[in-house]
Amino acid sequence: MIAQAAGNSGMVSLVVIVCYMVMLIALGYFASRSFKGTSADYFVASRGIGPFVLLMSLFGTTMTAFAIIGSSGEAYNAGIGVYGKMVSWSGIFHSFCFFLVGIKLWRLGKQHGYMTQIQFFRDRFESNNIGLLLFPILVGLIIPYLLMGVIGGATAIEKITTGAFPEMFAATKGGLPFWAGGLMMCVVVLIYIFFGGVRGAAWANALQTSIFVVLGIVMFVVIANKLGGPAAATEQVAKYNPSYLKVSISEADHERFLAQQAAFEAGESKVQPREPEAIPPLIFLTYMFIPFSVAMFPHLFQHWLTAKSASSFKLSVVMHPLLMMLTWLPCVLIGIWATSATMPDGSLVIPIGTPQNSVLPIMIAKLVKSPILGGLVTAGVLAAIMSSLDSQFMCLGSIFTNDIVGHYIAHEKLSDNTKVLLGRGFIVVIVAITYLLALQLRGASVFKLGVWCFTGFASLAPLVFGALYWKRLTKMGAYATILTAVAVGGYLFWDASRLEGTKEPTIFGVMPVALIFAASTIAMFVVSLMTPAPSHATLKKFFKNP
Amino acid sequence: MKYLVYLLFLALVLAHHDFWWWDQHRPFIFGTIPVGLAWHVGISLGAAFVGILGILFCWPVDDDEEEALIESAAPPSQSQEHS
Repeated sequence: MIAQAAGNSGMVSLVVIVCYMVMLIALGYFASRSFKGTSADYFVASRGIGPFVLLMSLFGTTMTAFAIIGSSGEAYNAGIGVYGKMVSWSGIFHSFCFFLVGIKLWRLGKQHGYMTQIQFFRDRFESNNIGLLLFPILVGLIIPYLLMGVIGGATAIEKITTGAFPEMFAATKGGLPFWAGGLMMCVVVLIYIFFGGVRGAAWANALQTSIFVVLGIVMFVVIANKLGGPAAATEQVAKYNPSYLKVSISEADHERFLAQQAAFEAGESKVQPREPEAIPPLIFLTYMFIPFSVAMFPHLFQHWLTAKSASSFKLSVVMHPLLMMLTWLPCVLIGIWATSATMPDGSLVIPIGTPQNSVLPIMIAKLVKSPILGGLVTAGVLAAIMSSLDSQFMCLGSIFTNDIVGHYIAHEKLSDNTKVLLGRGFIVVIVAITYLLALQLRGASVFKLGVWCFTGFASLAPLVFGALYWKRLTKMGAYATILTAVAVGGYLFWDASRLEGTKEPTIFGVMPVALIFAASTIAMFVVSLMTPAPSHATLKKFFKNP
Repeated sequence: MKYLVYLLFLALVLAHHDFWWWDQHRPFIFGTIPVGLAWHVGISLGAAFVGILGILFCWPVDDDEEEALIESAAPPSQSQEHS
């Protein structure tokens, strides 16, 4: 009887998810009807995107599994500090980057017809070959970002559809297996960007962002009610795991933990407490470098170029921190509540040792009893994930077509039709690679993957700030910045990859991103000052007062 | 006014390192949000407010330039050959 109910509920959730996917495909079809057939339309939507769709696509693109699955999982592991590490820093610096980098790049893109980041760097640094160096680095850094999405989404689908196919997929308790959920997401994203291009992605992002913000709040309200209300849920954490409600821990927290652990082992309490976790002050501080990654995201660069006017950015500058708060705060609270939330029989909703990627999907599956609501909430999670995947796939297609084939092989002589065709072909290849890698790395922590991916992009941020604001930045200075970031970052990544579990990688007590950022900035200044300044023609092209 | 916006931005960055809340979880704001978390929610709101002031007093593109840029339609980039 119970198995049958679970089966029906899993199937209903799956139907809701499939309906959502069909809606996205329809949206791609409608976007394709506005397609003008030119590469500028396919890759930058003819630079005609207004403030609302720009806000939704910038926000939707930056929010992925990291924000939904990763945030709740990390809050479950480390407490409220995750909000300060990621959201409030990002609220400050994302808008800062939109303001100082986005608007300026939009202006230059409009003036000189750029469609990709590499086209800008090639001209600004007077270097034909900088694209050959940047292309593999950007692709290599985007792939973990894509993986976060596929891993997070496929995990959520598997958990919420539990019982849908009890005989066919017994190993996943009848849930749609990881491979099938991941495949469904990849194929749907592929279809709607295949036909709709960046306009399809922007429209889908606007829809998906609205959906995940609204459904995130719905999910929060439903889960909070199931736990006896938000105040009761927080009080439960204060009772069993108070250290998760603050950033640092004291001796008293350890003593309380030991006493509660003893009570649990003696059978006096059904709730097993979790070991107190603290965030060291220097880690908390040096997370500030992570949000600079948005200045170098190639997919964000592409979205900036789609803006109709500079004024289109105003809404994003103001609303981005608020939308981040609206998305992350419910997830962080749910993650904290998950440390201590109990089922009616007194056992923990999330048993200790649960992988952090599964925390939110399990909370939804166990507490949101309505299968329709469960399916909708999962669709909201998928919306956040897919609204990033589409932009990233589009951007890789654009870079490959315009910067590699178009520039080095066909020497800018490709027809528009060929460019669109090449872009689509490369997107298919990248989707396939991402999918296969996700199958191999399905247990990887979404949060960890995200932090390393953002670290890589943030380490290259001095390049874009220097290119826009420092006339003396030279071609060799640019190469030195990139190579230093790759060398120092590569070494620190290798060193940190030996750490086990959820341990935060640190170097001299700070986040690796702080050291890589500092090293690449120093390399940029030293090498630029040692090499000849850019030509007057170049300075005239990029600066008001050359 | 421009400098006030810069100062507020700096204040926001400094306020982020809220060590004074790190070792306490009460009070719960609205009975739910631990005080340290509520402080950072306040920083998110502050970032939006500084964004509004930035738009009002430090906007980098003037109306005439924007009008000219919207009117212009540069062809897709044909990057020059560089060494």
